[in-house]
Amino acid sequence: MILKAEGISKRYFRNTNTANYFYAVKKTDLPLFRGELTAITGRSGSGKSTLLNMLGGLLSPTEGRVLYDGRDIYALPDKELSKLRNAFVGIVPQGQSALSALTVLENVMLPYYMYKKDGDIKDRAGELLERVGILSLANAYPNELSGGENRRLAIARALIHDPDIILADEPTGDLDDENTKTVLELLRAAADDKKAVLLVTHENDALSYADRVYRMNGGELTECEG
Amino acid sequence: MLTKLPFKNLVNRPARSAALIIISAFLSFSVFGGAMVLSSLQIGLGSLRSRLGADIIAVPDKAARQNDLEAILIQGRPGYFYMDKENLDKISCIEGIEAVSAQYYLASLSAGCCSMPVQVIGFDPETDFSVKPWIQKSYKKQLNEGDVLAGANINAEAGENLRFYGETCKVAAKLDKTGTELDNAVYADSATVKMLMAAAKKKGVGVLEKNDPEKLISSVLIKVKDGYDVSKVSDEINIHLRGVTAVKTQNMISGIAQSLSGISEITNILMWAIRALALVIMAVAFSMMINERKREFAVLRVIGASRKRLAGIVLTESVIVGCMGGLTGVLAACVLIFPFGGLLEQKIGLPYLVPDVKTILLTAVSAVLAAMIAGPLTAAFSAVKIGRMDTGVILNSN
Repeated sequence: MILKAEGISKRYFRNTNTANYFYAVKKTDLPLFRGELTAITGRSGSGKSTLLNMLGGLLSPTEGRVLYDGRDIYALPDKELSKLRNAFVGIVPQGQSALSALTVLENVMLPYYMYKKDGDIKDRAGELLERVGILSLANAYPNELSGGENRRLAIARALIHDPDIILADEPTGDLDDENTKTVLELLRAAADDKKAVLLVTHENDALSYADRVYRMNGGELTECEG
Repeated sequence: MLTKLPFKNLVNRPARSAALIIISAFLSFSVFGGAMVLSSLQIGLGSLRSRLGADIIAVPDKAARQNDLEAILIQGRPGYFYMDKENLDKISCIEGIEAVSAQYYLASLSAGCCSMPVQVIGFDPETDFSVKPWIQKSYKKQLNEGDVLAGANINAEAGENLRFYGETCKVAAKLDKTGTELDNAVYADSATVKMLMAAAKKKGVGVLEKNDPEKLISSVLIKVKDGYDVSKVSDEINIHLRGVTAVKTQNMISGIAQSLSGISEITNILMWAIRALALVIMAVAFSMMINERKREFAVLRVIGASRKRLAGIVLTESVIVGCMGGLTGVLAACVLIFPFGGLLEQKIGLPYLVPDVKTILLTAVSAVLAAMIAGPLTAAFSAVKIGRMDTGVILNSN
């Protein structure tokens, strides 16, 4: 096990009235294992993305802990947590997530240079762009890409650091069948390469690539059998 | 690559960046432009004060009553008035006077240099303490008979000739600019000015027709001894000399100083209003910009940027904006203020003298620095705001 959520939940207040709140994610335990692709499925608004963001160190849980190699990531100072996320976690956020001022290639290379000034990651970035099928667009800007091409850029960016954990939030949204297959195979290959992969999706086709499948319903997570 | 990101962000949104740079330029324009106009007026007043040199000026009663003295000495209006030369000796006998020197005023009918009449101011090189110290900055030699010194605005260069009342005078030197109307006058020693007065008499000019120019003077410049009250000495002159009025130069300048103080006050209020408005607009613009780009900042958090790093990106962008805006504002102020200094002087009717290059450069650097500091100051709230934003919530909201 590399990443573990221990009794985490996320509660939001609807307004200043403290009694008026709801749980986006109810008290949940979730382990992610090396070499496994875990999928969470469920309807929109069921709390899947909230759970993923809490696992990625992007959203503090209301209660509970998220442990990376036994360390509570939310107990770390912001700088250390940011460095940990940069080095060990590759996140594919939902929707368009490229920086419009940078080219496709620069977007993919940016995580590498976040805390490093030297070294050359251009070859690896090129290789990843080729794997996701957008190498020819390396010098294009995000506003020149289609929605699907933007998603593939985000996947290449998440893999640039060869992270231990990959958290993908609807990575196949906006993609055609062929590209969906390419992306899912890429995530499967990452899991086979001893990474812990979490795939949040509402597409049933994607579940066949998973080792474990969970269902999220009204903020409650349940593991699906078989 | 990360260090280039703020530049790339600004280049990527040229309209937004240009708007921020223009607001910042307003700020540095007001700092630099305001300082330049105000110090030019201050220096102009200082220059006028030192040019007058004397504590008291004694003139014929008629000149004092008709405000001719102020018009001739301060506003540079060509004109003349005369009194008996004996008054010079009588004044010098009054207690508390350290030095006296006579001056002679003559207005030319026309001169080769100018389409308008020119004021000729004559001084006595033996006793003068008012004109000489200023003249010596431009011309150290003794003036020969027929030589004149041209004020900075007179259209004649050293070596050229000017004709007054049919007499030819050689321009020995051109004087330094004072920023006052005295730049429009021509200066000569008493011998030359008497020669011109004699020529004017031949041409039938007013009062000179009936009098001997050798026995006339226009005014007496008086320096009071240390420890003596200027007002009392002035009163003594007014009591003892018939037909003569002693005027304290401080009173002549106080009107200008008052106008200057009024203009300074209005300029200051206007400039501070522009500065405050620019700061508020900049703060709002940065806040709007951060709001518009919050998903971009959330993505930076996703790939591992710390809160501090995000704030660093915003602050770097604001420093670049401040620097570019600062330089633009100073440049715009230079283009608008310096070439039109003369027009400004005419419009406000106050002495105006541009500061030296060192002062201009120091003020320009201060204005650019002010804009550079204002950028991060106004963006600080926004930088703190992005640090506090909940990345997960932003990502989920799209």
